[in-house]
Parts: sequence; C-alpha cells; structure tokens
Amino acid sequence: MPADLLDAIVVGAGPAGAAAALELARAGRSVVLLERGPFPGSKNVYGGVVYGRVLDEVIPRWWEQVPVQRWVVRRSTMVLTASQSLSVDFRTQAWGTAPYNGMTVYRSDFDNWLAGHAVAAGAELVTSTVASGLLRDERGTVVGVRTDRPDGELRARAVIACDGVNSFLAKEAGLLPRVAAAHHTLGVKEVLELPAEVIEERFGLGPHQGIDIEMLGATGGIPGGGFLYTNSDTVSVGVVVSLPGLAKAKVRPEQLVADLKAHPAIAPYLRGSSVKEYSAHLIPEGGYDAMPKLAIDGMVIAGDAAGLCLAAGIWLEGVNFAIGSGLAAGRAVARAVAAGDTSARGLAGYRRDLESGFVLADHKRLRGAPRLVLNERIQQRYPGLICDLAEGVFTVTNPRPKPGLLRLAAGSARRNRVRIGELVRDGLAGARVFR
Amino acid sequence: MTAGQETRLAWPQVSFQDLMATVEFRVGQRAHISVDSQVCRSCTTKDCVTACPADLFAPTSDGGILFNYEECFECGTCYQVCNSEGAITWTYPDGGNGVVFRHG
Repeated sequence: MPADLLDAIVVGAGPAGAAAALELARAGRSVVLLERGPFPGSKNVYGGVVYGRVLDEVIPRWWEQVPVQRWVVRRSTMVLTASQSLSVDFRTQAWGTAPYNGMTVYRSDFDNWLAGHAVAAGAELVTSTVASGLLRDERGTVVGVRTDRPDGELRARAVIACDGVNSFLAKEAGLLPRVAAAHHTLGVKEVLELPAEVIEERFGLGPHQGIDIEMLGATGGIPGGGFLYTNSDTVSVGVVVSLPGLAKAKVRPEQLVADLKAHPAIAPYLRGSSVKEYSAHLIPEGGYDAMPKLAIDGMVIAGDAAGLCLAAGIWLEGVNFAIGSGLAAGRAVARAVAAGDTSARGLAGYRRDLESGFVLADHKRLRGAPRLVLNERIQQRYPGLICDLAEGVFTVTNPRPKPGLLRLAAGSARRNRVRIGELVRDGLAGARVFR
Repeated sequence: MTAGQETRLAWPQVSFQDLMATVEFRVGQRAHISVDSQVCRSCTTKDCVTACPADLFAPTSDGGILFNYEECFECGTCYQVCNSEGAITWTYPDGGNGVVFRHG
C-alpha cells in the first residue's frame, strides 16, 4: 500500500464507497478504496431494486454495461393475512426499455462493477483489508486509518467512511451510538433457483423483465415487511423486521421466511424451487431524525454508515441513496483537498449538497415515515381490515341481497379492532408524511 | 406442468443446516466475536439466542451462552439486541475472512 500521504481513503467498496472513490479519482485525486471482503459486494445484501437514475450523469448509458439480472416492469404491493391477500399491481412497458427505472442485481456483481469504474478512473482498490480504527492527530482531526495489514497505517488528507450499517469508524468517531436497535431492521433472504422460463411464465414476464413485490402483513405480527423479486434464474424472497420486535417475538428469523414461503399467495410462485443462498443483513431505518452528523475534522460518512436507507413504506430505497451520498462525498472531499481545508468546516459542502439533492431532500420530506409505517395499527390491524373488506365486497351472498359497502366496512373494522377515529388520524398522518 | 408436479410439496423442506450449507464462509483463525458468559448469566431475555439469523448463540445449562463465530453473517443483530452492555464484543473478521455472499 502507498506509504506517502494520500488525498483520500475511502473505507468500504460498496456503492457509496465506489461512488466516492470514482469522483475523487476523476477529480485527479489520489485515493485508496479499502474493502474488507475478498471482493466488493461480498458482504452485501439488499432487498429488491436498484434504481439507476442517479448514475446517468456519472456513467453515461450505464444500462448497456451494468450486470443486471432483470429490469423491473412490474411493481406490486401486497397486503396479507394468514389466509388472504390483496395486491395493487402496476406494470409499464416504459420501465422495460432504456433508460429503465429499476433493476434487480446480485450485489457481488453490481458492487464489483461500480468499484471497477473507480479503479478504471485511477482509484487503488485494496481488498481483504479491514480498516480497524482511525488515526487522529493531537487535535482529534482524523488523519488516516489503521488496517489489519502488517504494513498497516494509511494516512490521507481525508477519510470517507462508507463502512456500512455497523460503521465502526463512525462509532469510534462518536458520530453513531454503539447500539440503537430501534433504528435498525434485520433483512433475511433466501435466493431460490427456478428456470428463467418458469419465472417468466409464473410472473407474467417477458425475457429480461422482472417483478418486485413488497408485502405488508407478511411478518407474523412483527413490525416490518416481506419482499419477493425476480432475478434471471432465481427468485429472492425474504422479510425485513424491526430488531426490538424480532427480539420480543422470540421467533427465529428463518422461520419468518419459511412461513412467508408457505403462504398460499406466495407458495405457488416458488413451487419446485431449491435454495441457492441464505443471507441476512441489518438495515438502518431511523430516517432523517436518527441521522448522525455527516462531517468532522478530516472525515465524512456516507451510505448505510450515515443511515441513509430510505424506509418509507411505499418507497424502499438504499443503493441509490448510497451512490448519491458517495458521489457527493467524493466531490466535497475533492473540493476540500483542492482548497487545502479538510476540516469539518472545509467539508461542510457535503451536507449542503445532500440537502439540495435528493438524498437529504427525500429523507427530510419523509422523516415521519419510519415511525408511521412501523406503527402497530398499520402493521397488525389494517392488513386484516383491508383483506376482510375485499373479501366482503367480492363474496357474492346470493340469495341474500348485497350488504352495501358501509356495512361491510363497519363489520370489517369491528372484527379487526379498528376505530374509525384512529383510521382517520392515521390517514391524515399518512397524508402529512407523504404530501 | 403435469398433475404429479402440481400435487407435490411447494418446495422440499429445508433443514436449517442445509440452509446454512448454501452460504460460503472463509473461516479465519481468530474468533471475531466473543461473549462474556459471566455477564450472560444475569441476562433474563437472551435475545441473541432467537434473533441471530445464523443461530450461533446457544444457552448453556449453567445460564451462560455458548457462541460459535465460524458461520457468522457479520450482520450485527446480536450486539444490537443484547441488553447487557459489554456482553458481546464484536469486530469484523480479519480481511478476506468471513462470509462471502454470491447472490446478496
């Protein structure tokens, strides 16, 4: 590894780190990109869709070279009870042609690809290396990182910590609390093998087309959600659950996935499949109000390390926010290095750029969403309310005359212990959060 | 699809062991997580035991916790749900070691 003073060290070659290193390298700065896994993406798991619009100006016509599994043309939201399901299913041909909207990927391919662009631009990627701590000068300014290599210490004008949801560097710097279970969810996933033609037949897809299904009521009463999305010749299915909720329920995570796979609305999609990989990962879902300070003297943080996953119910996005924040961090550090000031003040442009772009604008706008979507009524009572109402509406009761919608709704509310006042209040809260 | 295929199980029942066997682990010499069983003995919830997605925490007969680091997802669930400050010491495995996700 380089012995002289670098312009920047980026820790973590996930989407945030790769994007940051790419921008620094393109700005002509010397940058080392550290990755603790044997290759970028080897430690990473996600839950559905990568939205590529954020790449348009960084890698022109990225869709011609990105290692995609399927282009998502169908987006379903499914509300489940133990024996019912109601879906809102949207599809559009527009998402199936360039410039596309969302894609499914394997992170081992995608993260590697993005890091490859950073390397091509001049960043030095060092894999199988853990940044085990910060180097700080007598004034506390971050001046580099300690690694687990024998020739271990790396010094730079700035460090960009993109070391993920558990970011030990941000914790060491005092930016993140050691523990914050309430702001984290656990994602558990199985990747199931099925022939491409079978996937296309079952989900009504053309070649290279994919579906992403997000589910409410799929987590055995634990706050969270389920997901299912298609890859070329696998289907990924899993759940995301709140950590305190999971701990309290005393249910094994793999059992939640097994239960979802056995649900009558899901099982037929998966018939005959075999497990290719089981995985799990934490997700920072605290949103804007749980977000740490993003810059200190000599260091900025980006991606999951900065808690930048957007968990806003109808919008569940992470990789694009990681890339967006990584790009901004790389640019801000490049400017600060050029100006000769990488103090917190010199790096303050990073936060300003995030505020004026989608990363913090979206988070700020949707700051109330994490609390709202994980509330007990939305998680446990409304799925039953919605499914019961649908069953009432579509069940033909002849020879008895139709009961009328109002009576059906009142009965469904009563059976699911939903008070109209609460429903109205949550409706208004939802309107405020998603305005 | 034939009628025979229609009636068979939706998927073969997979044991947890078989599930874990689908994951690649490059096991290092150093245990990257350690558990202070002394602290665990006073813990009444032992949330790590049920919450760990790799099922690496086992309660012992004397009220402690037995921990196996080798097939760890490095997710962080255990120390996040742990209610005893300092019972679980958590670091990353040495560079290149640990879990390798191929389809994450």
